[in-house]
Amino acid sequence: MSDRADLPATEETRRGRRRPRPRGRASVAGVLGELLITAGVLVLLFLGWQLWWNDAVMAGSQSSAAAEISRNWIEQDRLARGHTAAPAPEPTGYGDPVVAAAPGPADAFAVLYVPRFGADYHRSIAEGVGLDVLNSPQLGIGHYPGTQMPGEVGNFAVAAHRSANGGGMHLIHQLQLGDPIYVQTSDGFYTYRFRDLEYVSPATVEVLDPVPHHPDASAVDRIITLTSCNPFYSTAERIIAYGVFESWQPTSAGAPAELATIIAAQAQG
Amino acid sequence: MYAALWRVLPGPVWLRILFVLVLLAGVLVILSTWVFPWVDSIVNNQEATVGSP
Repeated sequence: MSDRADLPATEETRRGRRRPRPRGRASVAGVLGELLITAGVLVLLFLGWQLWWNDAVMAGSQSSAAAEISRNWIEQDRLARGHTAAPAPEPTGYGDPVVAAAPGPADAFAVLYVPRFGADYHRSIAEGVGLDVLNSPQLGIGHYPGTQMPGEVGNFAVAAHRSANGGGMHLIHQLQLGDPIYVQTSDGFYTYRFRDLEYVSPATVEVLDPVPHHPDASAVDRIITLTSCNPFYSTAERIIAYGVFESWQPTSAGAPAELATIIAAQAQG
Repeated sequence: MYAALWRVLPGPVWLRILFVLVLLAGVLVILSTWVFPWVDSIVNNQEATVGSP
């Protein structure tokens, strides 16, 4: 304390309960304390970045990538028809849905629309459920390899994050009976209707069976299965949403009415 | 530590505050551009799949 020349050594400071710290010298405990506070702030900053900032950035880029894929398919179909007017809608429907061949790894082969997740919600579905798909700024939803394709008899099963990295299934718990789940591919539009939710342990691969939980049964129905983690910010459980196939229409027939307004809005933005 | 940084900064108080804000902004940019994505890639345990390896 002898280097303290700037403060008068009055009676008061000498007897004071706290000794004033010398200017220009930091105690070991002081530096350690500041480092620990800094570390704490960094951890909080990282969580904020991961759960909000990066989540929102990823959601935006995944969404616009999906919109572009959708636009390209519609444009390609228009070119293939030679700019002729779209054929009149078939009053009897379009028969059995077209089933595409399984795509290559990380190929974006479909776009998912779930109006319950937001009027402008759309994400690409790519083959594979690795982090290269789920954490990609362009993709976000992964198709379980080996499960069926859109419109195919059996189970079209996909996965996406509940939170962070774009959070493709953020609102999965809000789905209500009968909510439409649209899947667009280069062939056309597949409409599924939400049926029910299920909560399972992370090891429950039986939800991916062509008939979920019945590995030996032969499938008759066409269903879609969405999987994500549950609860929020946790990986303790999985939340599973099932939908049942309702109808199919080719790209040339245009999108189902509700979806058409969403896609028209996309085309402008 | 931060007190030493404050003393090292030149100029009057308003200029020092400006320096601190600029430094903070720079640190945030470095963190969110390089450090956080890197940390995310090693601590990522966000599993959304069933039966994941």
